[in-house]
Amino acid sequence: MIEGIFIEGLVYGIMVLGVFITFRILNFPDLTVDGSFPLGAAVMATGITMGWNIIFTVILVFLTGWLAGTVTALIHNKLKVPNLLAGILTMTMLWSVNIRVLGNRANLPLLRQETMLTWVRGVTEGILTPSAAVLVFFIIVVVVIKLLLDLFFSCDLGIALGAMGNNEQMVINQGVNVETLKIIGVSLSNGLVAVSGGMMAQFQGFADVNLGQGIIIAGLASVMIGEFLLRSNRIWILTTRVLLGSILYRGLMYLGRYYGYYINLTPSDLQLITGLLIIGSLIVTQMRREKSFYERDAKVRERGDV
Amino acid sequence: MIELRNVTKVFNPGTPNENVALRHMNLQVNEGDFVTVIGSNGSGKTTLFNLIGGTFMPTMGQVFAHGENVTREPEYKRSRYIGRIFQDPLLGTAGTMSLEHNMMLSAYKGMKSLKKNLNAKRRSYFRERLSELEMGLEDRLKDNVGLLSGGQRQALTLLMMVLSRPELILLDEHTAALDPQNADKVLHLTTKFVEEYKLTTVMITHNMHQALKYGNRLIMLDAGEIILNVDGKEKQQLTVNKLVNRFKKIRHQEIDDDELLLS
Repeated sequence: MIEGIFIEGLVYGIMVLGVFITFRILNFPDLTVDGSFPLGAAVMATGITMGWNIIFTVILVFLTGWLAGTVTALIHNKLKVPNLLAGILTMTMLWSVNIRVLGNRANLPLLRQETMLTWVRGVTEGILTPSAAVLVFFIIVVVVIKLLLDLFFSCDLGIALGAMGNNEQMVINQGVNVETLKIIGVSLSNGLVAVSGGMMAQFQGFADVNLGQGIIIAGLASVMIGEFLLRSNRIWILTTRVLLGSILYRGLMYLGRYYGYYINLTPSDLQLITGLLIIGSLIVTQMRREKSFYERDAKVRERGDV
Repeated sequence: MIELRNVTKVFNPGTPNENVALRHMNLQVNEGDFVTVIGSNGSGKTTLFNLIGGTFMPTMGQVFAHGENVTREPEYKRSRYIGRIFQDPLLGTAGTMSLEHNMMLSAYKGMKSLKKNLNAKRRSYFRERLSELEMGLEDRLKDNVGLLSGGQRQALTLLMMVLSRPELILLDEHTAALDPQNADKVLHLTTKFVEEYKLTTVMITHNMHQALKYGNRLIMLDAGEIILNVDGKEKQQLTVNKLVNRFKKIRHQEIDDDELLLS
């Protein structure tokens, strides 16, 4: 059970890292995520059923997610459409694409198929329990992805991406094409989201076209929960807190499912709970801000020299 | 260095809000020039900078840089040889990023690569350069730029612009939003850097004294036209009174912008 929460937190954590890149680093609220997550799951499931090399399939999953992000960024850049609308367009179109990828059906089970997880369980048989083995596997995968991202955001290109989210004019003044930066950033984000979807399909044992519903909100809630935990401007701390936020969010959702039963909550209420969670954190953030303004004003009044 | 040929800029053409911001303007800025630009609000100063910097294209006419026609070159490409500082100190730096990351961005112009160029050597170089500002910023490399004051931020913007080695710099009232003390400091740093790196400079100012004190050329804009263009000895002999009188003689009216006269 507790392993389950950590595994879910880590697998969705890859997606939350993607959401964090667009929402927080690029300041580009990207809704493509709701489509690129099931896209990743669909490509992964199809690859596995077709018997493709699993590493090749994971790379393919990343690339298709990347492509979805590129489409959104291009719509936004070239047609001068607001980023929210560009994301919704791609997300909607992806729903049809995903059904095509799944072979004209809404879901594809992976029962008795050779996935990464069956391989992991096989290799560690006798050393670890199956669920512990899966947990260790995902810890390794997620830590590697996190470290690669940390590295990326400390290189020159990564720094430029961060600056663009904060001050586009400044980045233009350094002779950088912000349209290219947006393509790179949004694509990278969706590549990660697709990989997360691909891993989730293996963990759950199926791919479903509706797997992505509300994913963006879950991702955003996880990012916000993380922000309550730590404050910093260092990228490795930011990515760490994203993952912690994701695990914590899954824990809260687990509690919702487990104890919600007593107050007549059903799993379908979780979307509502997630939304309320986000609204709650927004209220807290807002109150903190007002309080700090008030306190600063109070200091001036106490000083009495103005 | 940079040349405008018969440039006209009309905003909202064909609508009731049509507004001619620049009218058949010809201007040549040579290498090593330090041009100060004065003019009242709405005279076209900032439009002039936006056309040189490539923020938008002129309605008519051409812009040349190094003898090449760059009229259609996008802003980010022109930024590779043009450095620009705005009046708002927040525009030149990224507030939620550290000083060292901000400075790394301006270490070289153009698209950034996957190389990690920020290392101990680079940091000590940044510290060294920051100490030239004499603001104690050399010990705050890891702090977010958002924690700095307006004056500190504008000085940092200036230093970053110099680090990126532009050929031409456009200063758009870059000290106007600062308190007098910081404004002096930033202006002092500006002239120091301009001399040190022999930068070709165009500086918009709202302050006639500043316009007279700095630079080797002065142009005065009014209603989208250059009504005065002086250099060399003639500029050295100008005074505020003479400027006001020349404006009267040319335009047959008083300068109606109080700020221009009172500052």
